[in-house]
Amino acid sequence: MNSKLKVSRFDPETMGSGQRRWDEFEMDLHPSATVLDALIQIREEVDGTLALRCACRASICGSCGMRVNGEAKLVCKTRIADVAEEGATIVIEPMGNHGIIKDLVVSLDPFFDKVRQVDPYLQPDAEPEQGEFVVNNDSMENLLTAMNCIMCGACVSDCTVLEVDEAFIGPAALAKAWRFVEDPRDDQRDERLKELNEVEGGIWDCTRCFKCVEVCPKDVAPMDRIMEMRDMAIEAGNRNTSGYRHTESFSKSVKKHGRLDEARLAVESAGYTNIPRLIDLAEIGVKSVLKGKMPPIVPHKADENEKITRIFERVESERNT
Amino acid sequence: MYKHDVLIIGAGLAGLRAAVEATRLGLDVAVISKVHPVRSHSNAAQGGINAPLTDRGDDWEGHALDTIKGSDYLADQDAVEIMSSEAGDAVIELERMGVIFSRGEDGRLGTRRFGGQLVARTFFVGAITGSAILHVLYEQALKHGLNVYEEWFVTDLIIEDGRCVGVVALDIKTGTLHSIWAKTVIMAAGGAGRVFEPSTNAIICTGDGLALAWRAGVPMMDMEMVQYHPTTLARTGILLSEAARGEGAYLLNSEGDRFMLKYAPQYEELASRDVVSRSEQTEINEGRGIDGNVLLDLRHLGREFIEDRLGYLQEVAVEFLGIDLAEQPVPVRPGVHYIMGGIKTDVDGATVVPGLYAAGECANVSVHGANRLGANSLLDTVVFGRRSAVHAAEYIKSVDAGSGSDEHLNATKARIQSLMDREPNENWAAVRNYMANEMTKGIGVFRDQASMEGAKEAIRNVNERMPKIAIQNKGKVFNTDLIFTLEMEFMADVGNAIVHSALTRKESRGAHFRTDITERDDENWLKHTLAYHDPDNEDGVRVETSPVTITKWEPVKRVY
Ligand SMILES: Cc1cc2nc3c(=O)[nH]c(=O)nc-3n(C[C@H](O)[C@H](O)[C@H](O)COP(=O)(O)OP(=O)(O)OC[C@H]3O[C@@H](n4cnc5c(N)ncnc54)[C@H](O)[C@@H]3O)c2cc1C
Ligand code: SF4
Ligand code: SF4
Ligand code: FES
Repeated sequence: MNSKLKVSRFDPETMGSGQRRWDEFEMDLHPSATVLDALIQIREEVDGTLALRCACRASICGSCGMRVNGEAKLVCKTRIADVAEEGATIVIEPMGNHGIIKDLVVSLDPFFDKVRQVDPYLQPDAEPEQGEFVVNNDSMENLLTAMNCIMCGACVSDCTVLEVDEAFIGPAALAKAWRFVEDPRDDQRDERLKELNEVEGGIWDCTRCFKCVEVCPKDVAPMDRIMEMRDMAIEAGNRNTSGYRHTESFSKSVKKHGRLDEARLAVESAGYTNIPRLIDLAEIGVKSVLKGKMPPIVPHKADENEKITRIFERVESERNT
Repeated sequence: MYKHDVLIIGAGLAGLRAAVEATRLGLDVAVISKVHPVRSHSNAAQGGINAPLTDRGDDWEGHALDTIKGSDYLADQDAVEIMSSEAGDAVIELERMGVIFSRGEDGRLGTRRFGGQLVARTFFVGAITGSAILHVLYEQALKHGLNVYEEWFVTDLIIEDGRCVGVVALDIKTGTLHSIWAKTVIMAAGGAGRVFEPSTNAIICTGDGLALAWRAGVPMMDMEMVQYHPTTLARTGILLSEAARGEGAYLLNSEGDRFMLKYAPQYEELASRDVVSRSEQTEINEGRGIDGNVLLDLRHLGREFIEDRLGYLQEVAVEFLGIDLAEQPVPVRPGVHYIMGGIKTDVDGATVVPGLYAAGECANVSVHGANRLGANSLLDTVVFGRRSAVHAAEYIKSVDAGSGSDEHLNATKARIQSLMDREPNENWAAVRNYMANEMTKGIGVFRDQASMEGAKEAIRNVNERMPKIAIQNKGKVFNTDLIFTLEMEFMADVGNAIVHSALTRKESRGAHFRTDITERDDENWLKHTLAYHDPDNEDGVRVETSPVTITKWEPVKRVY
């Protein structure tokens, strides 16, 4: 099979940060070859200076996260035939939202710092006197979702919030937090939820863009894990927080304008008196404008605004009776 | 200057288990690994970990006997007794650290069956057991604030006055060399599957630890014992776990027959691995294969069961072959998987070099002998990883740190500079691929004098070409070209030890099956082979032998 690869190159010893070079390679590959097979062939036969990480070749070690045609993937489980027509060019870049060390190799230090931030280890009050913890098998199978995470960083690469807000704990680390919140053997559930609810960059900062669910090669579905933790946090009585205010502001905005007022939402969620957070938000606002993503300051009204308001009033009156 | 009580080379299961133990003992511990800990190859283990849990009626002596029989009586029985009797506590401890092992109805740990055993005593997490345990050990490492030299590559051991007192290592991200001093070093650098092609092993399994210890004077024991796993994918060598057969999958030949009923009437598909691989190869050689494969059939298990209990296998089959296991059987063949041989240690992980311990796949205690049972390797890593840390903690009480001199560092710097300065000539990849293919040809499921001689010649050829390997990449940052060249040197040493050990053993036992001498010979060969690094000898190797420790299980003929 004939394939063309366009590979992003960066050498910190000869190039300034932010610069890159594109190298193109044309090669003949086995019909079921993966993108990783192609990159290894380049490294072994054409250009020994190409830097990339890989180990298992079997989608289990989490080393080989890269962007293929703009989307984060494990290149060892991405078959060439599945991402490009015969002869079409495949574009390979390092993952996003991670600093680049060289070529396709990124720094995962911030990634693992975030993981560390959620106290990622079991914290039981006491161990059983004898044998294992006796718990229901369903509760363990439930945890498999998040235990499947191989820390590849693909979700972080494509997370739209991390792109503008470095403080966000992010999908992978939050999925890891969920794994302990949901573990019946752990006795810090409430403390963990309280922390995730209040901390800067916690569970309320996700915009539900779905990207992490889409790109995760292991079906961890981090966004779903985050949403579950929001419910759990509220249920556990965490009300007077940005999260709860956010939900409130959300419904106020929809009721009044028939749509979401994102700028107000952010400010109200932080609380009008939370100066440091407001300064942060201003910064995000500026970055968003630069990236063309700032929501309008004065929200447009949805066309059938009145209808929405009426729906709201009806739901509220029904709830009150 | 970097300095610790205990320095552990490797952050797989063996290394991290040792590290957790040494940290709990209050020592200053560091781990050094050429990849981030969770990338270590232990994450690839799929099927499970064996443990006879005596509190629910299993008997550790039963597991010991299965292990010894599996080893074709080459395992040292004192070591097996320790592994089997400590297994229960080791697995319970992993559970308490947070591993989400599968459970039964009663909420207690559940099991599946594995090869070479009639009792179901393999504990598991779906088909991601290794990954699930490795991530939990890494969590424990974070909890204890373990020091990790991450993406640092060990190039040399520092030996002073006959003692191992540290390492010289390359920080891959910056390209700088450093010495790290330690009162004791635990080698937990994993296997060497890349000496062969194809192999189930990761690209990082290049036998570095074996070669480093060997160069320091420790013998490699029973290196001819290379395990071929019965169910690997043809082109890539990627593994489909024995858990498939443990859960009831069949092996079929081109005529649709379950041929294992013929070769192993009692254990069927779950005979020990050497037996199943030989049976498959016989079917293939006699014309009942399909393009050099046999078929692994899971269809009768049903989609729901496959997806629940063997989800990762389904992922591999779908992603790499486009085969849905619930609909179609998958072609598999024997492939290189594990190296039973390794750095000779005693039951506390100690080697003949004071201060140097070894544990995990790079070590040979010996509990696997001539053939390892599936799910016994993870057990080996945690039991002997822990024991080597405990013993090392005792050892350091009576020793002081090394000199701290720059002499070793400077020697390595000079050596690497001369590598970098070579004129363009050979390329490491061409040499590696040649060697690995020749090794698979010569040291196969079946071997004979001629094939092994062929592999020996190939290694000689490799050793001649090696000084000509030039490094294309002249940079410092993330120079994998340099790393692979250094790994190539390690692999050539391992290959050399394998072919000379194989040529020495004049019998068939376990994984070492010679078509020119087909019988086991207990009278002359109930012995370990010990390959020493010896520059004065031909090919730089000297092979000696040593007796096998028998405690209470006299060798008998092996029938499955
Ligand atoms: C696909 C597959 C499936 C398996 N399934 C099972 C199973 O179900 N049950 C079972 O019991 N066994 C199984 N095994 C075997 C088992 O997984 C391994 O034998 C075991 O995990 C090895 O662990 P380890 O800690 O010794 O080494 P590894 O996990 O391989 O770790 C080696 C470490 O050493 C480091 N290292 C190596 N060289 C250097 C160097 N030069 N400098 C710095 N660091 C270095 C590496 O970075 C790594 O951290 C399987 C093996 C494979 C390949
Ligand atoms: S859903 Fe949330 S966590 Fe996931 S990528 Fe989008 S913003 Fe990030
Ligand atoms: S959640 Fe998925 S994408 Fe994110 S690090 Fe884990 S495995 Fe990778
Ligand atoms: S190489 Fe291990 S996940 Fe791709």
